[in-house]
Amino acid sequence: MSAPPLQPTSAAEVQEAVRTHRRLLPRGGGSKPALSWPHEGQTVLDLSGLSGVLEYDPGEYVFVARAGTRLAEVEALLAQHGQYLPFDPPLVAQGATLGGTVAAGLSGPMRQRYGGVRDFILGVQFVDGEGQLVRGGGKVVKNAAGFDLPKLMVGSLGRLGILTEVAFKVFPAPKATATLLLDFPGLEGALEALYRLAGSPIELYALDLQPPGTLVLRLGGLPEALPARLEGLQAFLGRGGEPLSGEAETAYWRSLNELNLGEGALVKVALTARRIPALEQALGQAPRRYLSAGNLLYLAWNAELKALDTILQAQGLSGLVLKGATHRPQIGIDLGQVMGHKVTKALDPQGKFAQEPYAAQD
Amino acid sequence: MNPALTELERLFPPGRLLHKPGELVPYESDALTAFRARPLAVVLPESHAEVQAAVRWCAKHQIPYVARGSGTSLSGGSLPIDGGLLIGLNRMNRLLRLDPVERIAVVQPGFINLQVSNAAAPYGLYYAPDPSSQPVSTIGGNLAFNSGGAHCLKYGMTSNHVLAAKVVLPDGETVELGSESLENTGPDWLGLFAGSEGLLGIATEITLRLLPKPETYHTVLAAYDSLAKAGEAVAAVVASGLLPGAMEIMDSLAIEAAEAAVKAGYPLEARALLIVELEGETPQVEAEARYLEEVIQKSGAYEVRVARSNEERLKIWKGRKAAFSAVGRLSPDYIVQDGVVPRSRLGQALQAIEELSARYSLRVANVFHAGDGNLHPLILYNGRLEGELHRAEELAGEILKLCVALGGSITGEHGVGMEKKAYMTEMFREADLAAMQRIRLALDPQELANRGKMFPGETPAQSFHGAHPLEKAGVISRE
Repeated sequence: MSAPPLQPTSAAEVQEAVRTHRRLLPRGGGSKPALSWPHEGQTVLDLSGLSGVLEYDPGEYVFVARAGTRLAEVEALLAQHGQYLPFDPPLVAQGATLGGTVAAGLSGPMRQRYGGVRDFILGVQFVDGEGQLVRGGGKVVKNAAGFDLPKLMVGSLGRLGILTEVAFKVFPAPKATATLLLDFPGLEGALEALYRLAGSPIELYALDLQPPGTLVLRLGGLPEALPARLEGLQAFLGRGGEPLSGEAETAYWRSLNELNLGEGALVKVALTARRIPALEQALGQAPRRYLSAGNLLYLAWNAELKALDTILQAQGLSGLVLKGATHRPQIGIDLGQVMGHKVTKALDPQGKFAQEPYAAQD
Repeated sequence: MNPALTELERLFPPGRLLHKPGELVPYESDALTAFRARPLAVVLPESHAEVQAAVRWCAKHQIPYVARGSGTSLSGGSLPIDGGLLIGLNRMNRLLRLDPVERIAVVQPGFINLQVSNAAAPYGLYYAPDPSSQPVSTIGGNLAFNSGGAHCLKYGMTSNHVLAAKVVLPDGETVELGSESLENTGPDWLGLFAGSEGLLGIATEITLRLLPKPETYHTVLAAYDSLAKAGEAVAAVVASGLLPGAMEIMDSLAIEAAEAAVKAGYPLEARALLIVELEGETPQVEAEARYLEEVIQKSGAYEVRVARSNEERLKIWKGRKAAFSAVGRLSPDYIVQDGVVPRSRLGQALQAIEELSARYSLRVANVFHAGDGNLHPLILYNGRLEGELHRAEELAGEILKLCVALGGSITGEHGVGMEKKAYMTEMFREADLAAMQRIRLALDPQELANRGKMFPGETPAQSFHGAHPLEKAGVISRE
């Protein structure tokens, strides 16, 4: 049986927890249960009490917050100053936290415009496997001093350290947005248009592919320029599509943020658009959506995860299970390499954050 | 001959293994010319396998090594190690693959930054990071030092544009980091490698992402009668919700020097010039330009010019890009710092630098990336005058401490290298540095890879002054 979760409210308490427990699994809002489901012998470290924005100066485009701070709180604060998280993290309404978003490495549709979570993280503070409190990066928009530990923590799944504080770059939010839905007769036509758009100077906030053949494009910017840009986009594509605007548009994207794609496990896959045709053949009926010009796939998988694992391996792709019953959230090809193993052991020599005790791995 | 060298001779043919004193001289320093060191030998590999062989030779004989591209590091990052091996990567300068459809370029580490954009230009694409050294600096060096440029606020640095790298670790093992996707499903090992200053390995193949070229640019040059007003204008642009691709400031010393060098047509009497560049889709840029005009008018600029053609735009940038080498001509020697401060502290930082300049009796010119608070004070000195280098370094150190005290960083884009390692303790605590050191030792227990850089420790004696030969020739500039 696993012990009851610990609920630290300070970095010092996280340090104490690391020093006094053999194996720990951090959990933020619990919105990605496949990543916060403890293995035998793991004590859950619930970080939702480590919450609050510590510094925010809109003029700097920077904020610093405790890792357990909910995205919803951050987004509400930024919105008051006309700013937003450009990497558009998912699961906001489900209670996702900053720390969980970084550890899972999750971005959403609007990553298309300026980049993903790795492109906006500036600084981290975390507790390493020996209970030391470590800082990396900084809290200014540009910094090249020391190893880039903030980036390293993106996608680290809590296995390199327990995040206690994060600093992010933010941007002014587009003052107006508009969305265009375009149905193509099939995948081929949709992909061709996706490639043309991705290689064009048209600046899209989102460039999604909803299989089998629908492209969903989002424009953002100054309201007075938007009608002309929308027309330009339609002319570029040679078709009108179905425009969405106002509340319907906002609601469309808000609902998508929940990643309620369908029954079964929720899985993220990293890929490029080139992989889509083969993947589409293999994935069958699983509800899914490709984001950011085919760089990111979220799908619902309502069958054995082993089968999906096999498909991804065959395609040379890696996936991450976010929701679903599994003790092995990383599926598809094995991304492990010697640099990773060595650095992991350097930060966590006793395997306190490892999925399995180190001895069992070897 | 040293038996280890004999072994190296079996790995590299004559001409690609240099060890005679005369052959080594060009490699003795990089763009931070205050330092110089003589390596045991220089090897010029032409393949991944040869890089691996050189690194394995170093590991076997416990000889420290430095990998180097064009040697444009301003922080002494590619300074050789006395008695160590220098691995020159300039011969690995091929474009391995350019895929305009997938918008990627795969290059060897010695490929020149600007040539990536040149190769991509026929397809309407470009490579975003644009350090001023870009006509000569290599992608391998850019990756090792996470190079920046004038467009970082909006587009990020080198690490935001590198998708994958094949890396020879310090023990000679090869790893592949990253993939062609912008996304990932595990720890960002490539993110850790980028900017690790050669301490974690040598990249031999690098996959870069290319961006479509913006449809339109709108470039504005505004002249002010005080540096403070230009700084406030930057804050006002940011507060207005605009996100320009670049915002650059030059002070009067830099203006004067740039004008003398390239005749950009800058207003000579200005105390400060601000360059703001918008870019993007035409209707959006036109709308943004109207807001920008309003902000600039209110900011107290006494003269405002808008580039009406691409020629005019390039002319405005020409002066800015030439400013560093131009300022260099005002003085036999100079040190460039690249500390970062929060934008709201720009005015305060510039004021403090002016006071320090007076106190140390050394002229300081300022040319900087104002949009992201990245200062570039150039401290002018004459290395032939007893004690002046020392004074200049003390002044530089004070500026770095000032940046940290204002909540910023000791380096925005040049890296720590040799030059700023003593200041790492200003920015990081012991536990932070210890964690970084543990990462390093896990991959390089003998500390062979770029030994003596980034981490605080011994600094070699300085024995040299004067501009780098390439700099004197006007090929490279320090920024």
